Amino acid sequence: MPVGKQCLHQKNQSSLNQHQTKQKRIEDLKIVKNKKLNSDYFIIELVSSKTLPEILPGQFAEVIIKNSKNTFLRRPLSVHNVNYNKNTISLLIKIVGEGTSQLALLKKDNFLNLVYPLGNGFSTNNPTRVLLVGGGCGIAPLLYLAKILNSKKYEVDIIIGVRKSTDLILIDKYSKYGKVYITTEDGSTGEKGFVINHSIFSQLNNYSMIYACGPEIMMKAVVRCAHKAKINCEVSLENLMACGIGVCLCCVTNTIVGHKCVCTEGPVFNSKDLLW
Amino acid sequence: MVKMSVKIGKMVCKNPILTASGTFGYGLEFDDFFDVETLGGIIVKGTTLNPREGNPYPRMTETASGMLNAVGLQNKGVNVFINNILPKIQHYQTNIIVNVSGSNIKEYLAVTKKIEKIKKIPAIELNISCPNVKMGGMAFGTSCSAASQIVRAVRKIYSGVLIVKLSPNVTNIAEIAKAVENAGADAISAVNTFLGMAIDINTKKPKLSTITGGLSGPAIKPIALRMVWQISKAVKIPIIGLGGIMNGKDAIEFMLAGATAVQIGTANFIDPTISFKIIEEIRNYCIKNNISDVKKIISGMKTK
Repeated sequence: MPVGKQCLHQKNQSSLNQHQTKQKRIEDLKIVKNKKLNSDYFIIELVSSKTLPEILPGQFAEVIIKNSKNTFLRRPLSVHNVNYNKNTISLLIKIVGEGTSQLALLKKDNFLNLVYPLGNGFSTNNPTRVLLVGGGCGIAPLLYLAKILNSKKYEVDIIIGVRKSTDLILIDKYSKYGKVYITTEDGSTGEKGFVINHSIFSQLNNYSMIYACGPEIMMKAVVRCAHKAKINCEVSLENLMACGIGVCLCCVTNTIVGHKCVCTEGPVFNSKDLLW
Repeated sequence: MVKMSVKIGKMVCKNPILTASGTFGYGLEFDDFFDVETLGGIIVKGTTLNPREGNPYPRMTETASGMLNAVGLQNKGVNVFINNILPKIQHYQTNIIVNVSGSNIKEYLAVTKKIEKIKKIPAIELNISCPNVKMGGMAFGTSCSAASQIVRAVRKIYSGVLIVKLSPNVTNIAEIAKAVENAGADAISAVNTFLGMAIDINTKKPKLSTITGGLSGPAIKPIALRMVWQISKAVKIPIIGLGGIMNGKDAIEFMLAGATAVQIGTANFIDPTISFKIIEEIRNYCIKNNISDVKKIISGMKTK
């Protein structure tokens, strides 16, 4: 479908709320593994004592932080991976402040309280050849997305942008589900520059869909390229959030139909819906 | 069996736990987490005559034991509430109370008139205390004469239970409470958020787009509790206490200080099941202390 037409369709009917699971829950999940990846990143794998609900790529969890003096609200963290056979979900977390520092200290067999699964996931039904663009911690939801897209036999390319090669993590994991391209700002691995400087961005016409998650400035640049090439694009936003369930109305972003909550009407938005 | 019901004016609440406006949506959002019909009442999001987009992002920042918000009464307006939202929630077997907001008396009256016609809604909570809108809101709640004027005007046209939500951003809240009582209010909600602010020291910019916002959460509880106690000494109408209630113990403190019922607000953000848990905690407190009727807790503080 031509992008313009789709945009109009969304204006009338708003694409919001279409990729949401029904059952949210609050639950203590047991930590199976808390693995440090480097000085900034770690992965927490959690097992549920009940059957996991259906979780879509791009959805997130609100996590409670105990033993932290200065944090009060839950922290929204995107689902990094889901394993229904093992009944586990994992979270890829970057240490940015007191809350995430406390999470890094949790041990195997500790419990973590989650409200999940929240928000709308990425749409995974129509594309054939896709480009996933991740910057920094924004790669977190893209592993599960790549896994789902790969399982649907779509052709998956993944581009990951970091500052320097020592910031690269989990490349082997992402490579299982698609071809991985890398940019580093210092040129130490892959192509030098930001993600949109990669040569792949001169051949965007190969793709039917682009998914981006990372710093807002990166996503905005990706969206500009996608619009120029008339490729459909979805981005996952990360606004400051309190409740995560659409009642406090704090995490809003400007869309073509006014303020929308990132927690319930995102975090994934079609780039055409945003006033960027 | 502990008798848990309380009365706010002529409205019977099955227990003293209500959810605070702007923290519980329309109840629907909590359906996945617990049976919201177990609540004494649900006070829905601040509702204005016309739709409001609210303030620009960022609207929220976390602070020590609390949060600042500057949402600015984002809502779809009273007509959308009545036509699109109410049909989805009117089956709830609990009190649905509308928080009525506006920027001038005319607007408050227009919303009230529309709500008055709805049998399902036994009460309104008149919001004269929103710190996040430029016009109206808190301006009505910070002087005795303005508060009295608006309550009188609404009282004239509204026959349901009229609850007035007070701002703590005043010198003497008991005086305002008295003025509101004399103007015909059936009950008082105390208190709304405290005006506050936060600055990012690296960018030197305020953390909220509006610079100032409303502080809520456990940080404000001792002050809110003190205000409820002061109001309870000044008025005879029931008080619904709120401000940083995080658990059953906090709720019982408010009741001991003089509140007939309480509202759970910010705590809903941290644990969506907390309001249900607090009902059970109060029940257990009564059982443990041989209290047969929850009303016996009200104003039960012993100073000797």
